Amino acid sequence: MTADPQIKTMTINFGPQHPAAHGVLRMVMEMDGEVVERVDPHIGLLHRGTEKLIEYKTYMQAVPYFDRLDYVSPMCQEHAFVLGVEKLLGIEPPPRAQYIRVLFDEITRILNHLLNLTAFALDVGAMTPMLWGFEHREILMEFYERVSGARLHAAYYRAGGVHQDMPAGLADDIREWSETFPQFIEDMETLLNENRIFKQRSVDIGIISAQDAMAWGLSGPMLRGSGVPWDLRKSQPYMVYDQIDFDIPIGKNGDCYDRYLVRVEEMRQSLRIIDQCLEKMPDGPVLTKEDKIAPPSRGEMKHSMEALIHHFKLYTEGIHVPAGETYTAVEAPKGEFGVYLVADGTNRPYRCKIRAPGFPHLQAMEYMCKGHMLADSVAILGSMDIVFGEIDR
Amino acid sequence: MDERLEALDELGRYVAGQMGQDVADTQIQNGELMLRVRRDAISRVLSFLCNDANCLFQVLADICGVDYPDRDERFEIVYNLLSLKHNVRIRVKVTTDESTPVPSVSQVYPAAGWFERECWDMYGVFFSEHPDLRRMLTDYGFDGHPLRKDFPLTGYVEVRYDDEQRRVVYEPVKLVQEFRSFDFLSPWEGMTPQLPGDEKATEEDAS
Repeated sequence: MTADPQIKTMTINFGPQHPAAHGVLRMVMEMDGEVVERVDPHIGLLHRGTEKLIEYKTYMQAVPYFDRLDYVSPMCQEHAFVLGVEKLLGIEPPPRAQYIRVLFDEITRILNHLLNLTAFALDVGAMTPMLWGFEHREILMEFYERVSGARLHAAYYRAGGVHQDMPAGLADDIREWSETFPQFIEDMETLLNENRIFKQRSVDIGIISAQDAMAWGLSGPMLRGSGVPWDLRKSQPYMVYDQIDFDIPIGKNGDCYDRYLVRVEEMRQSLRIIDQCLEKMPDGPVLTKEDKIAPPSRGEMKHSMEALIHHFKLYTEGIHVPAGETYTAVEAPKGEFGVYLVADGTNRPYRCKIRAPGFPHLQAMEYMCKGHMLADSVAILGSMDIVFGEIDR
Repeated sequence: MDERLEALDELGRYVAGQMGQDVADTQIQNGELMLRVRRDAISRVLSFLCNDANCLFQVLADICGVDYPDRDERFEIVYNLLSLKHNVRIRVKVTTDESTPVPSVSQVYPAAGWFERECWDMYGVFFSEHPDLRRMLTDYGFDGHPLRKDFPLTGYVEVRYDDEQRRVVYEPVKLVQEFRSFDFLSPWEGMTPQLPGDEKATEEDAS
């Protein structure tokens, strides 16, 4: 038998219906044996034309579309949009609404990290965290439901505040839950942190340096895992984040394991923020009193003609946003979620570009996978926190 | 707040001074700095912004297009940059039309690759010297550029699974009812904060 000097690469098709692809991702991978040579992600299988649709909707009608982008962290994305609208309108929500928003941003962050961390563990072979984590996700989604009426697609934030005040007793229940949650984090860490299989699958896998992470436009835990202390909640604080005490965890090596640790610590910090929000939350209105922006109360509408007219105009014509443009970003659980909003002075956005954090993350997939084994690409994908709703838009 | 605006203003003047003719205009709107740049100079300006010690805009947050069909050069390409070092954002704009290519900046920022592909897909703006300018989000074999203002919201083709042929087939869009675009915009100023005549009151106050 003579040895064939020719080495042939093999092309395999990963997805679009692969359980580890976290959605509909098709990756064309060129393999040299078991080693990944080239990765070409084909995205857009979940493209729904959100940006085009928003151009045809009023500002209030556009809010629910943001829930449907990254469907595991809905409220943070609504937040980016309403912040942009508020910036153009030049208004600020009342203090209580600001605290409610921060509170629910952090609940959303825990919701997201619970799904991501446990799904990542599942990808590399640990099943139990997923089962445990979903119990807590269920409780958190119940908080969502109590405040907005929907478990997932909340549509709760409004330009100028939030839609409704928190129902009586919710604050106590959140406080009660936040006392039990640290135990879950500890349990999960006992299962994973020193787990030999988990560490073999994630330590030194998918390393990206701080310089490369910046060049590829990574953000959120992906950037912090590489050791860059950058968090929009600290560096460009919005709402009341500047009055709240919390820390930014960073990683050292920029591998999958560090990103996992950063996310776990972020959950702890989120709990701190939740506790402080509940403690400091003042009483008062939750929506601005501006007639041209926020609807009047039901009671007012019963006897004031003007309130009735305002209500009618707000729910048909909608709010008018003065012409201008803004790029507003929030620290969503996955990274920097930005909205570039161009208003032309009418009741509909002229252009609304959505900057999803997952989009540049997935772009760096090829860079991070090169030279790794095929099975590692699943771990890298899991540690990136990919959700296709936001990438395909 | 004012300090921040002053710093932005200074930064804008600094960049304009360094780049000379290439920066056509600097502007601060809603507390955000915006530069208009000549199209051919975009990679030069961006690599200056990326590397200069006073700028260090090392993160490319976003590239997007905006369509203004009434203008001569109907597309605006908007680059949103972020400097982690100085904690500032900047927005850089170039204009182009359907046929004129914009130089790709993927040599400066590797992250630009997919953003430019998306822009090509959505608006049909061509990026010269781009290593891999394929469509990004739309279907394989899609025709047209959906985010252009003259592209209809309903699109031109729809897909369905055909039982007889046992495959997915493409057909022209059939709407059960005609597409209705509700225009609730009132012809008078009901929803603007200022009512007609209000400006007289402020004039009287001033005088």
